[in-house]
Amino acid sequence: MTMLRKLAAAAAAATVALAAVPGLAAGKIVISNWDGYMPADMAEQFQAATGIEMEVALHATNEEIMGKIVAGGGKGYDVLFVSSPFAEALNQLGLAAKIDHGMIPNLANLYPQANELAYDPGNTYQVPYAWGTTGLCYRSDLVAGTPDSWSDLLNPDDALKGKITMLATDRWLMAAGMLARGYSVNETDQAKIDEVKADLIAAKKNLLAYDDTTFYSKLVSGEASLVHAWDGWCNYGTAENDQIKYVIPKEGTDLWVDTMVIPAASENKEAAHAFINFVLGQETGKWVAENIMYKVPNKAAMELLDPGYVAAFPNIGYDPAEMLKQEQMRDLGAAQKAYTKAVSEITASQ
Amino acid sequence: MPDLSRWLNAHLWLVYVFLYAPILVLMGLSFNRAGMPTAWTGFSTAWYGKLIESPEITSAAFNTLIVASVSTVIATMLGTALALGVSRRRPSSALEALLFAPMIIPDIVLAIALLSFYTLLGFTLGLHSIILSHVVFNIAFVCAIVRTRLRHFDYSVVEASVDLGASEFTTFLRVTLPMIWPGVLAGALLAFTLSVDEFIIAYFTAGPGSSSTTLPMRIYAMIRFGVTPEINAMATIVMLFSFTLVLVSQRINKGTVTRS
Amino acid sequence: MTPRLRSWLLMLPGIGWLTVFMIVPCLIVFFYSFFERGTYGGIDYIFGFQNFSRAAEPVYRTIFLTSARIALEATLIAVVVAYPAAYAISLAPKARQTRLLLLVMLPFWSNYLIRTYAWIVLLNREGLINRGLRGMGVIDEPLPILYNEFAVVTGLVYNYLPFVILAIYASIQRIDPSLREASEDLGAPGWRTFLRVTLPLTLPGVAAGAVFVFVLSIGNFITPDLLGGGRLQMVGNLIYDQFLSARDWPFGAAVSLVLIFIMMLLLFAQAAAVNRAQDHGRAA
Repeated sequence: MTMLRKLAAAAAAATVALAAVPGLAAGKIVISNWDGYMPADMAEQFQAATGIEMEVALHATNEEIMGKIVAGGGKGYDVLFVSSPFAEALNQLGLAAKIDHGMIPNLANLYPQANELAYDPGNTYQVPYAWGTTGLCYRSDLVAGTPDSWSDLLNPDDALKGKITMLATDRWLMAAGMLARGYSVNETDQAKIDEVKADLIAAKKNLLAYDDTTFYSKLVSGEASLVHAWDGWCNYGTAENDQIKYVIPKEGTDLWVDTMVIPAASENKEAAHAFINFVLGQETGKWVAENIMYKVPNKAAMELLDPGYVAAFPNIGYDPAEMLKQEQMRDLGAAQKAYTKAVSEITASQ
Repeated sequence: MPDLSRWLNAHLWLVYVFLYAPILVLMGLSFNRAGMPTAWTGFSTAWYGKLIESPEITSAAFNTLIVASVSTVIATMLGTALALGVSRRRPSSALEALLFAPMIIPDIVLAIALLSFYTLLGFTLGLHSIILSHVVFNIAFVCAIVRTRLRHFDYSVVEASVDLGASEFTTFLRVTLPMIWPGVLAGALLAFTLSVDEFIIAYFTAGPGSSSTTLPMRIYAMIRFGVTPEINAMATIVMLFSFTLVLVSQRINKGTVTRS
Repeated sequence: MTPRLRSWLLMLPGIGWLTVFMIVPCLIVFFYSFFERGTYGGIDYIFGFQNFSRAAEPVYRTIFLTSARIALEATLIAVVVAYPAAYAISLAPKARQTRLLLLVMLPFWSNYLIRTYAWIVLLNREGLINRGLRGMGVIDEPLPILYNEFAVVTGLVYNYLPFVILAIYASIQRIDPSLREASEDLGAPGWRTFLRVTLPLTLPGVAAGAVFVFVLSIGNFITPDLLGGGRLQMVGNLIYDQFLSARDWPFGAAVSLVLIFIMMLLLFAQAAAVNRAQDHGRAA
């Protein structure tokens, strides 16, 4: 990965002019993002390109930054990186600003499908940053055969019992159960929620842990053999041990999107738009994909990727047209309470 | 009781082993070449080098120090005064409840409550808002410890001092304070430790940006990728720094006799 | 200056601070517990007590009871381990005592999360403890000592032990040694002196320490989350989930109020018990 980083840095340094937006006054913006989810020198590159200073605040989970924005109104922040259901909620709560497409010419770099996402057709209050799927990540040398179904996670072979982890975030935990039964990941019917809850309570006995953050290192160390994972995360594992593979179960998966939102309370909306435009630049997009090992909805960037890189990490090459066939997670409105309650019951069960 | 004290000392050393085992683990891992805590791949000081190149971590550590020190000083003063004021009075349930409350209120509730409150007031957030918030729970802990100490306090000594003509303030400084000092110190230590580790209230009441990011906040956000040896290196440095501080303070205190 | 006035002046800054920075903000949030969660997470101002009746549902009752049980286990173990340690420190030469105390606190100036991760390294299936035991031939299969209640209790004891030691030490330190000497001079054997003189007089410190551990454990959510592998749900996790995942502030506030109410009851009961024991101790 260091080699790729150096390569990417050199390339970006040579072509950073492509991303520059001329004629903007210098200012300062504050971004909140997950650690390591942007190239480490994004701030320097952005400042070199636009003259705008940038500070990065970190959040560990969507829920945390949501709590802070809902309680604090978003004051002091200019761009937030949140997953799509949360962007939707921010918009519904009136906390997201309208995106001025005129200030973001690089929107043209996006795949056409990325402009028609179910939770925000036309990208009115957010701009997609990275997208991908959720599936099974496993050690091909430790698992007999090839897992291909959510049931492999929920009803594993004896050899795998105690060596499985599932995602802890309530939406994705329930989604695994929903998909295994052929339900929608946005299911709100209480009877179906209860069925899935029962399945997941039964599945808990075979689990090592619920893990959102260190499941790939458990695979690398051999503590776990099969984990519930987001595709980009699985790549971190593959980078350390090429026996680690990713598969989308046959029942389907969810298409998740991590988005950039400008808080309504932001006082630097122009500069925020300039940042988003910078991120959507062709070179920046390619650089992002190579560094964080996720797919970006930036068509121009993805086409520039080195085929060898794509071969090493197959899920990067997943065709967006195929991906769009998967369901997208939406905010559940009032049903969110039912999901949190079901997950409480699952984690509290003995 | 020589036999008993040998057992007690053995127990104490076992306790130290228990307390320091994870610390030694993380110190050892700070020299681990691999980026993960689960496999040892060779000795390397590379992570200490990376630490120097990482201004965010060092500035966060510095911020933590400021927040902890200032909130400890304020909380120790207020908490000790509170304990002194409360201990001579008849017990009152309302007062007791008030003094217990900061310890009992779940930190997420306090965090969101304070953020909502600051937002309502239009208060600008920053490192100072974290300090204000940390004092809240620190007062309660300092007060509780000093009160414990005050339960067996011999007030006749204080009265004697006043009878002999000393002013209130002199009495406090020369008589009361030295007698409750171990309790005050214990309370201050506790407050400092709690503040250094606290990140939920810090996260919610901090201003945006790295000028008000504390180390625990930073680390909590970074654990997405598991604990890197960089962080372990930082923790090791903090430990060694504190250790040195302790040794130095012992040197300085050599002349002082602790009165009982 | 009258004693009453002096006492009020001393208390005023502290009480003022707590009022402005704790009571008022919390009242705002607890106010919400009587209303409903809005569709996307805001507040719908429909008055009612449904959040409180919801808090009494079986799933939440179980979570309360589990948390209380785990916190109690951690408290008992911490007190039993801390008392002899605090006593040992108080027996040491005066000059060393401060240093010994600081050494107790020192590990806690590193970082809570990192220490918890260090426990994961120690306790996991391929971790140091299992590898050590297998290497020595004591066990064949790795022990399941992580991602379960054992690990959580260990983590809680680890994190709060120094506070208990500190609290107990503070109260042992204050005992007039002549009381102990008097008891021995009167012919009481060591254990009797301890039981009838030392222990009752140090009970406030023990109680303070026990309270710290219990209260901090019950509201803790990081330790059950990390060391419990998310497989345990304690009240701390529940409240955190309500405020952040469910964005249901009203219900979160209601659960918090219930928790606070129960804790207050326990604390008052404990304070009363300590007072009674102290009177006993004095009479003995």
